[in-house]
Amino acid sequence: MSEAAANKIPVTVLTGYLGAGKTTLLNRILSENHGKKYAVIVNEFGEIGIDNDLIVGADEEVFEMNNGCVCCTVRGDLVRIIDGLMKRKGKFDAIILETTGLADPAPVAQTFFVDEDVREKTMLDAVVTVADAKWLSDRLKDAPEAKNQIAFADVIVLNKTDLVTKPELAEVEARIRAINPYATLHRTERAQVKLSDVLERGAFDLDRILEIEPEFLDDGGHDHDHHHHDHDGHDHHHDHGHSHGGMKHYHDEDMQSLSLRTDKPIDPTKFMPWLQELVAKDGEKILRSKGILSFKGDDDRYVFQGVHMMLEGDHQRKWRNDEKRESRLVFIGRELPEQAIRDGFAKTIA
Amino acid sequence: MKDFNPAPETASIVSVTDRVTNVKLDAPATAVHFLGDVAAFVGAEESVTFAGSDGEATPVAVHGGGILCSASDGKRIVMGGDDGKLISLDAESNIATLATDAKRRWIDNVALHADGAVAWSAGKTAYVKAPKGDEKSLDVPSTVGGLAFAPKGVRLAIAHYNGVTLWFPNMGAKPEFLEWKGSHLGVTFSADNRFLVTSMHEAALHGWRLADSRHMRMTGYPARVRSMSWSASGKFLATSGSDSVILWPFASKDGPMGKEPGMLAPLQAKATVVACHPKDDVFAVGYSDGTILMVRIEDGAEILVRRNAGEPVVALAWNAKGSLLAFASEDGDAGLLTL
Repeated sequence: MSEAAANKIPVTVLTGYLGAGKTTLLNRILSENHGKKYAVIVNEFGEIGIDNDLIVGADEEVFEMNNGCVCCTVRGDLVRIIDGLMKRKGKFDAIILETTGLADPAPVAQTFFVDEDVREKTMLDAVVTVADAKWLSDRLKDAPEAKNQIAFADVIVLNKTDLVTKPELAEVEARIRAINPYATLHRTERAQVKLSDVLERGAFDLDRILEIEPEFLDDGGHDHDHHHHDHDGHDHHHDHGHSHGGMKHYHDEDMQSLSLRTDKPIDPTKFMPWLQELVAKDGEKILRSKGILSFKGDDDRYVFQGVHMMLEGDHQRKWRNDEKRESRLVFIGRELPEQAIRDGFAKTIA
Repeated sequence: MKDFNPAPETASIVSVTDRVTNVKLDAPATAVHFLGDVAAFVGAEESVTFAGSDGEATPVAVHGGGILCSASDGKRIVMGGDDGKLISLDAESNIATLATDAKRRWIDNVALHADGAVAWSAGKTAYVKAPKGDEKSLDVPSTVGGLAFAPKGVRLAIAHYNGVTLWFPNMGAKPEFLEWKGSHLGVTFSADNRFLVTSMHEAALHGWRLADSRHMRMTGYPARVRSMSWSASGKFLATSGSDSVILWPFASKDGPMGKEPGMLAPLQAKATVVACHPKDDVFAVGYSDGTILMVRIEDGAEILVRRNAGEPVVALAWNAKGSLLAFASEDGDAGLLTL
């Protein structure tokens, strides 16, 4: 995916519950002097204060693919809009897609997995979720959409932190982490986040899986070097790895993440059928999955990622001599059959 | 078409590449139509470029942005743009704005009727305007994917999610709905008005026999069908989306139901656009590797129009007499074949 990625237009999906600050962030991205031109797909015209003839209204029309897979939904309007925008390629560098507050990010992401034309021209860069520090804890209780958006996120912009106390902030962060410990989290006021923290993240680029996500698989054996790229001065909100001790730990009854690892080589002839069967059977529950695998007798790292029932994977590169050959997987989902997944994975060890 | 007589035993393919005049376009075209014997290349944005058989190119500015759709009746081209405008252009470069969307929504689709009526769509709304009539509109349940006028009467097929709405804009009757799950993008009537076919978001076509709404499933494509063209006799529907041209037989009363399609002109590339000759059962086909062939349906005999030149062919059109073939590829390379 990565070699071709150079010619593809990156698409950032901007999601978040009503009132969290999506439009504030979008207006910032468009008005900041970054020398880039963005085409913007919005749900409501008129909220954008910036004059831009590349703003397109979308209808969030989701349809089910005729392939017998019930959760295989696609944003048809996105297929049409990207096709239309491509008539003006050269006039913009990237696309930002704002969803409604009630949108499920899955159909958007799945569109980038299944639609050949969309895949050919664009690549999903990251799902960025803006969350309201004051109200998110409540929404996680009463709004399944808000939970989906957090679970799905690659980047979480925890906004309006000036409206909460320190303990309240710690609580909402702990609730986010209970659902999605792997997203990069930024605390902001008025959506003041560095644009490089939300744009061009490459979160769906197989080649960058695990390398840009410091929080990924943060369950012991954590490599602190991963943090370095982000610590370029003023981004001091980021070093929460050191404050784990003071953090509350929640368990979300409904949405969880599950990580697996082993340093024993995996048998690909067992692993692939197991993974495919798992997503075929439990794909509705699994929002996202990712992994790096060390196959027996294979000097290449194998990487994969998935959204619900859709998977893509590839041999990525040779294992380096200085890195530990181990296999790591993560699943984020609803009511994950944890023991069955653990047992199934254990049986794929060569 | 007296030149179209390749001997079946010819060792190497007959070529007419020496009869192609190159056309220099300033920007890539996404469609081509003929106004008389002048080819009109519709640009991806802003302009249409006219070219006569000498290859001399004359651009005409028509839109303030991307051109999303176009249709032609041989006398004029009507185009919809991302500037919310519906524009018509004739061979004398007369430009007229036929409609402007109040909310500046994209004009996604356009269709022309032989009597001069125009249909277009923005979002979920389809519009029809007769030459001397009022503008009429109909909202369908989801965004319009494609529009086509029936060959008889003023009847408009509107493709959308989960089916096609058939609308008589001049009659008060409730529109008819042909249901089939999925996203329908392109739509076309057979010339005898017996069949309606849609191209779907999946790599498949769906069809209905209009008399009894009986379904016809046309599947097996490796890629989405972007281009459909009826043969001059109306007996075949030629389609892109595979590494050969897939021809569905429509001569019998059951159409292609229970029949295997023909597969002509196989190549190590994907057919991207097909255009049937207006008088003979011959089609032109462009491929993803830039190749263009003319193919006789009867025996599959092929003539080379353009060698594989890299970029995919995106547009093909014949003039009404069938003596000129215009083409354009994705990188802006274009040409005219004179037969």
